[in-house]
Amino acid sequence: MSHRPDETLTGPERSAIIRDAVAVGVATGAYGVSFGAISVAAGLSVLQTCALSLLVFTGASQFALVGVVAAGGSPLSGAFTALLLGTRNTLYGLRLASLLRWRGWRRAAAAHLLLDESTAMSVNRETTPAARVGFLSTGIAVFVLWNLMTLVGAVAGEAIGDPRTFGLDAAVGGAFLALLWPRLHNRKHQVTAVLAAAVALSLTSATPAGVPVLAAAGVAVLVGLLPGPTPVADPSEGSDPS
Amino acid sequence: MWGAIILAGVGCYLLKLAGLSIPTAVLERPIVQRIGDLLPVALLAALIAVQVLSDGPRLTVDARLAGLVAAMIALVLRAPFLVVVVVAAATAALLRLL
Repeated sequence: MSHRPDETLTGPERSAIIRDAVAVGVATGAYGVSFGAISVAAGLSVLQTCALSLLVFTGASQFALVGVVAAGGSPLSGAFTALLLGTRNTLYGLRLASLLRWRGWRRAAAAHLLLDESTAMSVNRETTPAARVGFLSTGIAVFVLWNLMTLVGAVAGEAIGDPRTFGLDAAVGGAFLALLWPRLHNRKHQVTAVLAAAVALSLTSATPAGVPVLAAAGVAVLVGLLPGPTPVADPSEGSDPS
Repeated sequence: MWGAIILAGVGCYLLKLAGLSIPTAVLERPIVQRIGDLLPVALLAALIAVQVLSDGPRLTVDARLAGLVAAMIALVLRAPFLVVVVVAAATAALLRLL
């Protein structure tokens, strides 16, 4: 895409961006189904599950909250874990702010749609209009399908009943591993993951549920304090709606 | 539970809005970037460990670990997210049937 001084967007360009956005939204629906089912299996009601997808609307954080609750942790420690994971979106916002250039209520509304997907579909555009179309169409497509499929998953999960029946309790670990997998691309990340898991397990018997996971965040802080190259927040690492 | 849902909802929204609003210089310091990059890795790894290997305050090994190994194989084979989740669940469910 060439940089034009008038920064307008032609019809075909706009259609192509929106077509990609819808495809991303459909792909995201698959996560929505798993989240809905896992959340209900963790003991949340269908209404609470849907409220999470509507209000929190950032996948990894939502999985974390219900994951902590499923492991017997307090909802509050689940919420704090969700917030720590949500800090990633702040870094995405920093990169997008100068490109999207929204002010006032538009910025306030756009913030809710700030995710891995909407960032990935807008951060590489060369003009503000193209970035805005990419951001908005992806954000809206993901929002609609994520919430719709959360409801489908939650209703299905409730019909299943006991989470152990279809191994739904094991599905949670699989979901977290799928979210973690694309982030293990270098040694530092791999070491961080192993240390964090070890810290969490060593605290499991000694502290209330929920605390081990929060304590593991300390590993990220400690490793981050070590000098090293500065990473760039990369939305393609997280192929989840987060 | 509802309090936690509202807290997570409002908090995650404010984190997003902060990114779009705060002057870039404040959060673009290398140390903030490095920790922000590592936080999801540490938290997800810890969540996996606790989710798969603990039963309340006790550490246990059961069908969930087999599910996790199956999920890892699926990921090595580049399976999509939903397939990974279903493979983990089905593996654990099958083992329990045996």
